[in-house]
Amino acid sequence: MIKFTSVFKAFQKGGLALKDVSFHIAKGEFVFLTGHSGAGKSTVLKLIYADEPVTSGEVRVSGFNLAELRPRDVPMLRRRLGIVFQDFRLLEDRPAEENVAFALEVTGARRASIPARVMRVLTQVGLAAKAQAFPRELSGGEQQRVAIARALVNEPTVLLADEPTGNLDERATRGVFQLLRDINASGTAVLMATHDLDLVRQAPYRVIELQEGALVYDSQVDEPRDKAATP
Amino acid sequence: MNLVIREALLAFRRAPLLSALSVTTIAFSLFVIGLFGLVAVNLQGALRGVAERVEIVAYLLPGTPIETRTIAEKDIEAFPEVQSATYVSEDSALARAHAELIEFRDVLQELERNPLPPSIEVKLKPTFRDAEHVNDVADRLRGFGFVDDVRFGRDWVDKLDRLRQIAAAVGLVVGAAFAVVAIIIIGTTIRMAVLQRSREIAIMRLVGATDGFIRRPFLLQGAIKGMLGGLVAIALSFGAYTLINRLLIQAAFFSREQAIAIVGFGTLIGLCGSAASVGRHLRRV
Repeated sequence: MIKFTSVFKAFQKGGLALKDVSFHIAKGEFVFLTGHSGAGKSTVLKLIYADEPVTSGEVRVSGFNLAELRPRDVPMLRRRLGIVFQDFRLLEDRPAEENVAFALEVTGARRASIPARVMRVLTQVGLAAKAQAFPRELSGGEQQRVAIARALVNEPTVLLADEPTGNLDERATRGVFQLLRDINASGTAVLMATHDLDLVRQAPYRVIELQEGALVYDSQVDEPRDKAATP
Repeated sequence: MNLVIREALLAFRRAPLLSALSVTTIAFSLFVIGLFGLVAVNLQGALRGVAERVEIVAYLLPGTPIETRTIAEKDIEAFPEVQSATYVSEDSALARAHAELIEFRDVLQELERNPLPPSIEVKLKPTFRDAEHVNDVADRLRGFGFVDDVRFGRDWVDKLDRLRQIAAAVGLVVGAAFAVVAIIIIGTTIRMAVLQRSREIAIMRLVGATDGFIRRPFLLQGAIKGMLGGLVAIALSFGAYTLINRLLIQAAFFSREQAIAIVGFGTLIGLCGSAASVGRHLRRV
């Protein structure tokens, strides 16, 4: 599904953002990507959705070899991914349902099919009642749910989440995290970058930790190291 | 397609001020071009009127036989440059002098003998009414044995020709300069619209929109602004024309084709300006 093999990524100004990173994420897996800010979590995600090119090494995502990806294939890759950010990235000038519908429209989905599909994902994230609300009328947690609905509406095989709870209070964080777990339970792989270790300890999922661009821990390969902290 | 139109129109509602600014700048740029165009149209019309009267007169030797001059008339009419060749006899020349030269009527009345020679008046086809062709035809007319003298307003033809050339050159240069200015202004306003929506464009790309998909509403928007600008420019030109017509001189307005061409040109520069800005933005991000 997602496979990094000896991936290096150089900063434009020199220095390495990623050093020899290798891992493989299988279909339907839930993986935490942890590490301090600047450790390279966002860079890993950006490489996956082809926002930045790989300097060396190989990245394969959902059948695409990113080194051979032509610019016009980038949209096709992104349609197979759902992407969620810390700052939601909603369009402020249109209500929740249009924010979600937007993601379908840009892919050229059949117009008649759009309203039903939008309602289905909004129901899935628990916001059917607020379909007509504008982002500014929604709480942070609700806005993130709209963003997740937008990411899901194209039925991606992987959901990439970059600090999705970073801007949320504890209660909203729990809600959004539970939603991501439910999405994963229905078969979508989730790669969630976070530095919220409480969240990581709550769930029995695989953890990949980065430190200054290098992969220092992968719970699938390495010995469990903080067993005591896990309930 | 539906979505493209909706997004393009939404842009006007989202940024009414910026849209109005775009349309206004296009309108004024085209208005200036249009004003110049009006001057050109009217100058061209005036020149055509003057040029119509460009004639070459070949005076014939007295006593030229009728057959000779009839054949000559035919020959001259067969010149590719010539529109018509008309024989004017001594008598009709005198009659015309009576009619046209009122001040000399008494003098003409007292003449015992008609001093005016017969002539052939040659009118050239519209495309050949320039100095070079007039000279050329005059030379050929001089070649006829029975032609005494050839007269034409040579200086006058030359001056007319130069005036027309200057008008055309100035028109081209000024028109091109204003067209460039208009394109730059349109490119800039569309670029502002693009920057204003750069967040939206970034999100569109994240959810898998192709560049073509992102570009289309902007192109349509640019074309619509250009077209509106063109229509406003026509309206402004018509206002100016009405004013000039009432206060100064009888002038001509654009033909339907010329008006359509101005609106079409507006649409085209709107399209080009937006294509350039959106293309640049998409390449950079």
